[in-house]
Amino acid sequence: MSLELIGISVLWLFLFGYVIVGSIDYGAGFFNAHSIITGKQHILSKVIQRYLSPVWEVTNVFFVFFFVGIVGFFPQTAYYFGTILLVPGSIGLILLAIRGSYYAFESYGARGHKGYAFMYGASGLLIPASLSIVLTISEGGFVSIVDDNPVLDYAALFTSPLTWSIVVLSIAAVLYISAVFLTWYAFKTGDDNATELMRKYAIGWSVPLIIAASGIIYELSFHNEEHFSRMIDLWWMFGLSFLLWIGTVWLLWKRTRYGVAFGLLVGQFALAFFAYGISHYPYLLYPYLTIYEGFTNTAMAISLIIAFILGMALLLPSLYLLMKLFLFDKNYVQGNNSKKE
Amino acid sequence: MLFDDPVYASRLLTLLTLSFHIIYATIGVGVPLMIMIAQWIGIKKNDMHYIMMARRWAKGFVVTVAVGVVTGTAIGLQLSLLWPQFMELAGNIIALPLFMEVFAFFFEAIFLGIYLYTWDRFDNPKKHFLLLIPVAIGAGMSAFFITAVNSFMNSPAGFDIVNGQLVNANPIAAMFNPSMPTKVTHVLSTAYMTVAFMLAAIAAYRLIKGSNHVYHKKALYMTMKIGLVFAIATALLGDLSGKYLAEYQPEKLAAAEWHFETENEAPLIMFGVVDENQEISYAIEIPLMLSILAHGYPSAEVTGLNEFPEEEQPPLIIHYYFAIMVTIGVFMIGLSLVYWFGIRRGWPFVRAQWYRWLIVLGGPLSFLAIEAGWWLAERGRQPWILRGIMTVDQAATTSDYVGHMFILFAGLYLVLGIGTVVVLRKIFKNDPVEKELEKLQGGEPS
Repeated sequence: MSLELIGISVLWLFLFGYVIVGSIDYGAGFFNAHSIITGKQHILSKVIQRYLSPVWEVTNVFFVFFFVGIVGFFPQTAYYFGTILLVPGSIGLILLAIRGSYYAFESYGARGHKGYAFMYGASGLLIPASLSIVLTISEGGFVSIVDDNPVLDYAALFTSPLTWSIVVLSIAAVLYISAVFLTWYAFKTGDDNATELMRKYAIGWSVPLIIAASGIIYELSFHNEEHFSRMIDLWWMFGLSFLLWIGTVWLLWKRTRYGVAFGLLVGQFALAFFAYGISHYPYLLYPYLTIYEGFTNTAMAISLIIAFILGMALLLPSLYLLMKLFLFDKNYVQGNNSKKE
Repeated sequence: MLFDDPVYASRLLTLLTLSFHIIYATIGVGVPLMIMIAQWIGIKKNDMHYIMMARRWAKGFVVTVAVGVVTGTAIGLQLSLLWPQFMELAGNIIALPLFMEVFAFFFEAIFLGIYLYTWDRFDNPKKHFLLLIPVAIGAGMSAFFITAVNSFMNSPAGFDIVNGQLVNANPIAAMFNPSMPTKVTHVLSTAYMTVAFMLAAIAAYRLIKGSNHVYHKKALYMTMKIGLVFAIATALLGDLSGKYLAEYQPEKLAAAEWHFETENEAPLIMFGVVDENQEISYAIEIPLMLSILAHGYPSAEVTGLNEFPEEEQPPLIIHYYFAIMVTIGVFMIGLSLVYWFGIRRGWPFVRAQWYRWLIVLGGPLSFLAIEAGWWLAERGRQPWILRGIMTVDQAATTSDYVGHMFILFAGLYLVLGIGTVVVLRKIFKNDPVEKELEKLQGGEPS
């Protein structure tokens, strides 16, 4: 495997990690706000808060890791995407900041502030939408080179059906992933009402998800034929992903094995995410930048990979400890341990 | 100007984000060490007060960490959004420490999460204490790596440029560049010093406001002592930074000292004002001091600013930043030294209201010194973004709307800043030490 492929695989893996943990986090914020507005707060908020407390900071790192890593492995992306993304990137950052500060402010200061809770929930849907614009842009057709500098055509971007399909997909995915996870988590806490409510949301969002995903493949057949034909070559990965989706919905429907259902969901998204990534290969920004042109020098690539392996050797046990203490600790999830509150 | 010129707007936005971020970053680096020391003393002496100190500091720390994380994310991404050509070049050489900084941050985030939510979950308090070690190490390592990146911008190393192409990249040499040792140690020790004086200011304020509790007295004595140690370390490291500058960035030293002509036995100029003819008035001149500061002996020759082409000279305003930083540093050493002596010798005036007010003032002053120090370091390498290689004009984005983004972010930081103050006040106002102690002693004997 070439260094370029290792680099992009590592980054794609981390982006996938962010999609999963970020979705759980964003969706949880949305469901929390939704439950306040619809007066169902008593059912959900405890479960959500208990999950979010120790992990909100960790989620953010996955994102930072991705954008620092991509500049490291593919420095030219900083030039192209950095120039193009000033406005959408800044808006995404501001939304992230509102969210990031919310948790600390809310849980220690103005507990139960409705306006902030609402902003928290809304930002949970807007952030994935603003970040997913990168995926649209990388398909090509929205960037032109003027005086040697890349320029983004906002009008073309915002009138393209592809943009909006990807936005819809990102929102549906966030709510679906989050609902399935929280169903499982609520079930583990032994909270039947919360489980039932989240299960309803999960099943409800499964259908829009699959429609949006199919819609994008259809849009791509007009927008970027090369990418579309490579996706067709990988039909079996998408097909397998679809089967896993059926599996998740089936288990939810039958009210059994929520843990397995979430596992199938991760598999479903992993397959679709990697199939999409592989079919996009070798372009980072179609048709200007490929992973070969944009790659860093060999010395840097090797030192980054070594740093990555050492970093992982440190992180994986720590992450395991975190999960063991909070996600999979029976006493903690059921709220038995805490003496205060 | 702000809306027409992306270079100017990019500079202002970066200045704004960094100036705001370093307040939280400094707290983020320093507080874990203070919590660690307090908790360790608490366990060793079996003194509930110190344990509670650790606990209360940790509680406030979460709020600042949250804002530190989001502003840190902002500057991380803004580097690419505002300085795309710089990041394209720098990504080839300096990506390693940037990448490792994220690991350090990750490590810290995980253990901080565990530490904060497991106060009641370990039977053995020492186990809980152990969680702080990775937090403090992670915080220190982040500072180490990110400062290595910044020092690379001041003294680029680890590559050659042949016909406009970057060759012979050596990521390790880039990371361990000439200014890295002085910068990293100076940043770490000022962060510990500033945070110690910030916590001392809080304790002093509570004492002034009538809470005569021994808890605050213990906190004040401990933090002033820690502050003193790091303030002295900072001064020594600052001297080394001066010697580094004389060797590698003489134009920055010359501009900071208003030292225009190359000469031996150069005097150090404190304060004063300068006009466009390089005439200095109202200044205090310390003979020979600059030669000593720069090279270690009084007769040394110090390069003057006029040796450099005009377009490569840093702005003369950095002299004021230098004066602010050094004055505050010296003041804090004096203040904490007198306090420490006074408590040991039983001098009554160090317990007087006016002296405590000085200590309260010392908290914000230390932060001002941090800001001034960074402004000195950053404006002092103007016009370069990579000294000797790339100017800021060549590095800034060509994209429009940077000015608009400046206004958006200014609004955001305003909200975050006010939010921090309001939330912190709420946490501690509603739950003073006396109440918390009562609760702890009433509830559980440990």
